Amino acid sequence: MENAENAEMIRVENLTKFFGDFAAVKEVTFEVDRGEIFGVLGPNGAGKTTLIKMLSTLLKPTSGRATVAGYDVVKEPQNVRKNIGIVFQEPTLDVELTARENLDFHGRIYGMDKKKREKRIAEVLELVGLSDKADVLVKKFSGGMQRRLEIARGFMHFPEVLFLDEPTLGLDVQTRRKIWEYIEMLRRDEDVTIILTTHYIEEAENLCDRVAIIDFGKIIALDTVERLREGIGKDSIEIIVEGNEFENLLKSQGLKVVKTTDGLMISASDGEKLIPRLFSLAQNHGIDIQSVSLKKSSLEDVFVLLTGRKIREESQGTHPMMRARRLRR
Amino acid sequence: MVEAYGVYILWLRDLKRYVRARSRIIGSLGMPIFFLAFLGMGFRRAQIPSLGDMSYIDFLAPGVVSMVVLFTGTFSGVSIVWDRQFGFLREIMVSPISRTTIALGRTLGGATTAIIQGLLMLFISFVIGFRPDLFGMLYSLVFMVLIAISFTGLGIAISTLMEDIHGFQLVINFFVFPIFFLSGALFPVKEFPEFIRFLTYINPLTFGVDGMRWSLIHYSEFNPLIDFLVIGAFSVFVIIISTILFDRTEVG
Repeated sequence: MENAENAEMIRVENLTKFFGDFAAVKEVTFEVDRGEIFGVLGPNGAGKTTLIKMLSTLLKPTSGRATVAGYDVVKEPQNVRKNIGIVFQEPTLDVELTARENLDFHGRIYGMDKKKREKRIAEVLELVGLSDKADVLVKKFSGGMQRRLEIARGFMHFPEVLFLDEPTLGLDVQTRRKIWEYIEMLRRDEDVTIILTTHYIEEAENLCDRVAIIDFGKIIALDTVERLREGIGKDSIEIIVEGNEFENLLKSQGLKVVKTTDGLMISASDGEKLIPRLFSLAQNHGIDIQSVSLKKSSLEDVFVLLTGRKIREESQGTHPMMRARRLRR
Repeated sequence: MVEAYGVYILWLRDLKRYVRARSRIIGSLGMPIFFLAFLGMGFRRAQIPSLGDMSYIDFLAPGVVSMVVLFTGTFSGVSIVWDRQFGFLREIMVSPISRTTIALGRTLGGATTAIIQGLLMLFISFVIGFRPDLFGMLYSLVFMVLIAISFTGLGIAISTLMEDIHGFQLVINFFVFPIFFLSGALFPVKEFPEFIRFLTYINPLTFGVDGMRWSLIHYSEFNPLIDFLVIGAFSVFVIIISTILFDRTEVG
């Protein structure tokens, strides 16, 4: 970040949470600077929400420590709560109250006086485009509108740190893009530090300065989006072949190969030139390549290379035609 | 740590929601009205030895008003489970106000709605034919407040032990109803056989109902001072227990 002063907003050291024998979060360590948008990317059940709940004082860590805005989450939970805003995955609005009343209630419990509240309510409603719906009962709102109101409420009391747990979960594409814009705007206009969890690759890539990739409670990679991508080569090639022979062959050639549920994934810095080589290799050994696809490597590929799995197995198109089309990008 | 302002905010929210839920206000008064009207008519000429020549409806009305306070109070206490289910509790739990404040705010909010409902019921019973001592109504308000706080607090304590809203029926049928039937709200506890009567004596509502009846129609089975001390002590006890239990809850 450009912010030269050493403004560390969050420090997490070996944070661990057990539920019985199950370790939901395992010895997680990272730091986040002021003004950063920090992403926690991982599949469902990876421990993202548990991490956020510990940082927001809702759950007590089993071991390790964490400070948020300079306060220890276990020893000074009240001070932490004063300085953070949270938007949960599940709705937490009072649907029996209007948008304005929800925000007013929020402003009151964060100790804002009447004048400040009124001014701020108008401001945040404007920012999320709900000014004309201020006095409508929240139960009449659509899912996207409720989400926007939740985000507005999350930063209404000028928090130092804003936690967003899957902020666009289940929203349609347009609404999702809108919400990304609001988050960007927020960082620019309010100088707030944002931590967001997501299992949407595009969200992490588009929005975050740095991303921690988390799997089974552990951070398996942490860096800027660019460097994470560069680390595996700028292109990634997916091929579908029979048997294991080809995988071993490629490995013996010194290539970065990983077996996925669909086939093999190879990362390379110059994919276009690698493809002819792959075909001639296959031909020489009598191996039949069923399909090939080439794309610019994404955080998804980083995850696949590290774990052999995809972040969202269910949403991957497995039809060969789709792959062929991707090849002709 | 308790912040008076925090208590007020939570109280205000409960009242706003209460005033808005008109169908609930009327709906929840339905059963007690029918209890009072039909039991009152049905037992109009029944001879209950310990009542002497008192009319049954006069005996019954304070019991039914207590019933309303008991049910409304317990409901609103347990309704924290709804807030948990629908997420709103998290909004409060991550805010800077303390857990103790939250528990107290909810107790006072729920108790206030229970008292309003109780007063509405008292007014309706007036229409049905109940003739209480008008000055005694002030005393009865004291008992109503204590009953309301006791059982709203108890509802909150129970809610901390509940996983989800499915336990709600269980609480109503196996907790609230027995408390109601064993309180002397419908008939004098003296009429119970010996081995059951013991249960009425450990039921705090028994003393609340007796105090209400003493205030409104000058009939009581116990010394009204004892009534006051028992239900008063119980309400303090419940507030302490419910705040302790609530303080320990993690919101998963």
